[in-house]
Amino acid sequence: MRDAFVARLTELARKDRRLMLVTGDLGFGVLTNFAKEFPQQFLNAGVSEQNMTLLATGLALGGRTVFTYSIANFPILRPLEMIRNDACYHDADVKVVGIGGGFSYGALGISHHATEDISILRSLPNMTVVVPCDLFETQEATTALARSPGTAYLRLDKSKAEPTEDVPFELGKARVLRQGADLTLVACGGIMEEVLAVHETLKSEGILTRVLSMHTVKPIDRAAIVDAANNTGGIVTVEEHTVDGGLGSAVAEVCLDEGSVPKRFARIGLRAGFSSTVGSQKYLRQVYGLDYPAILDVCRRLVRSKAIR
Amino acid sequence: MSRFRAELNGQGELPAHWNTEELAARIRRDVVQMTHDGNSSHVGSCLSMADAAAVLYGHVLRVDPDNPEWEDRDRFVLSKGHAGACVYAALAESGFFPLSKLKTHYQDGSDLSGHVSHKGIPGVEVSTGSLGHGLGIGTGLAYGAALDGHEWRTYVLMSDGECDEGSVWEAALFAAHHGLGNLTAIVDYNKIQSLARVDDTIRLEPFADKWSSFGWDVVEVDGHDHTDLKRGLCWDGRSPDRPRVVIAHTVKGKGVSFMEDTVLWHYRSPQGDEFDAAMEELG
Repeated sequence: MRDAFVARLTELARKDRRLMLVTGDLGFGVLTNFAKEFPQQFLNAGVSEQNMTLLATGLALGGRTVFTYSIANFPILRPLEMIRNDACYHDADVKVVGIGGGFSYGALGISHHATEDISILRSLPNMTVVVPCDLFETQEATTALARSPGTAYLRLDKSKAEPTEDVPFELGKARVLRQGADLTLVACGGIMEEVLAVHETLKSEGILTRVLSMHTVKPIDRAAIVDAANNTGGIVTVEEHTVDGGLGSAVAEVCLDEGSVPKRFARIGLRAGFSSTVGSQKYLRQVYGLDYPAILDVCRRLVRSKAIR
Repeated sequence: MSRFRAELNGQGELPAHWNTEELAARIRRDVVQMTHDGNSSHVGSCLSMADAAAVLYGHVLRVDPDNPEWEDRDRFVLSKGHAGACVYAALAESGFFPLSKLKTHYQDGSDLSGHVSHKGIPGVEVSTGSLGHGLGIGTGLAYGAALDGHEWRTYVLMSDGECDEGSVWEAALFAAHHGLGNLTAIVDYNKIQSLARVDDTIRLEPFADKWSSFGWDVVEVDGHDHTDLKRGLCWDGRSPDRPRVVIAHTVKGKGVSFMEDTVLWHYRSPQGDEFDAAMEELG
């Protein structure tokens, strides 16, 4: 996803000289060409995420569209107050890009597990939160965010679902990747690859699931959630992220706010807190019940369970 | 064009408030009145920077109260946002909005918050309130202006206690590394922070040496002497590729004898006899 993002940003930077990329001293080998091609549009703030975010805000207030770039929690948690007070409150055109969402950097330890970012950032006013599931969404989201003024967070991870380009991308509008009515699977991020595999297996068992890519977690597509709650057999949310306040919470909030209680409901996400266990993204998904077999199991049980309404 | 261009100051018939001494006196009365009316804190912090604010708005900044969004205006960032009343007063006295609006400061329903806010307030560039943000934002503004070849300049006014924040020094490193000669920081060095004197909290000395070793052009001035402030904020002879810090030695609560150089008046609001006495001293 990272490379897809940089490739698209490069195209955009060629057309828009006001577009700028500020890194917190990360992106070895990845940002090299961008830096070479656009010396006026690239800036290494050094290992200083607070200043990176402040700089970006200042540059944005001066009329630029600025992408800040770092990995995992660095661009969001260290400078969270700068994101809130400075970027968001001023509606500054700052796009915070975190590569390594979820367990992308699973083997590096908890400092590098970005597993609370969605819930933290979606609570900020004036913030758009986008979590693409594949390369297509990554590129489309990059373009859409560059063209949409204001502050946003783009969470990229290392995994990716197979791109489905036939479904158009629009910020704030869920993409229906698979049709079905027995159950709706709502997911965001690269973990969609597990969800799509679950869809195929269930299909072979005669269970048709609707699959929604909720790439924009904020503002969330309320209509798509209400429709899933009213017109399918239930909702399962899947995220490589804590269940506290993330995608699943956002979906549940919409259901109750709108009075559209799904017939069945389950949230799949991280419930174990910090993971002192390390390993690959694939491995940690398995450990914490976020992988294909675990999701499949939840779905099978849910479909067989009695409807709650 | 700006009505506050430096070269106009002192020439011909000018409204009284273009005289920086008179402007400072007005600001002092305004902030005491505002912190009295709003029962709010930080009057000492406002009084210590009142002269710097007067020199900035009355002499240095190229800004236009009739066109606050003027593209080529200088950018002023108050990083010590708790002294918002001082900037609101300076703006109102300079004609950015009616003086009557100052009466709403800190009141229910007002947009003149205790810590400076830009929303709906003509002339305020950036909202602050959490310390250590202003210099980085100012650095971003200055960097962008340099890239674009703009002539406008960026000024950031900070407190001394604020320099405990690591983010200040992140920005200081960056600005010097990138040779931002279009950036000026001003430190209101009143030697007192929230709970105690700076020297008894987290020592900043040798303060000038710190900035100097970071690569900044350092000028120390008497922050209540307008001639000296103007010298520090003057662009003649400045290095084109070094940011400047003006360390303004000030007295917290300056102008009201019983508020001067006391920790108490960081938070205390002037009420009753104290308010009357303060206003009497300020004329």
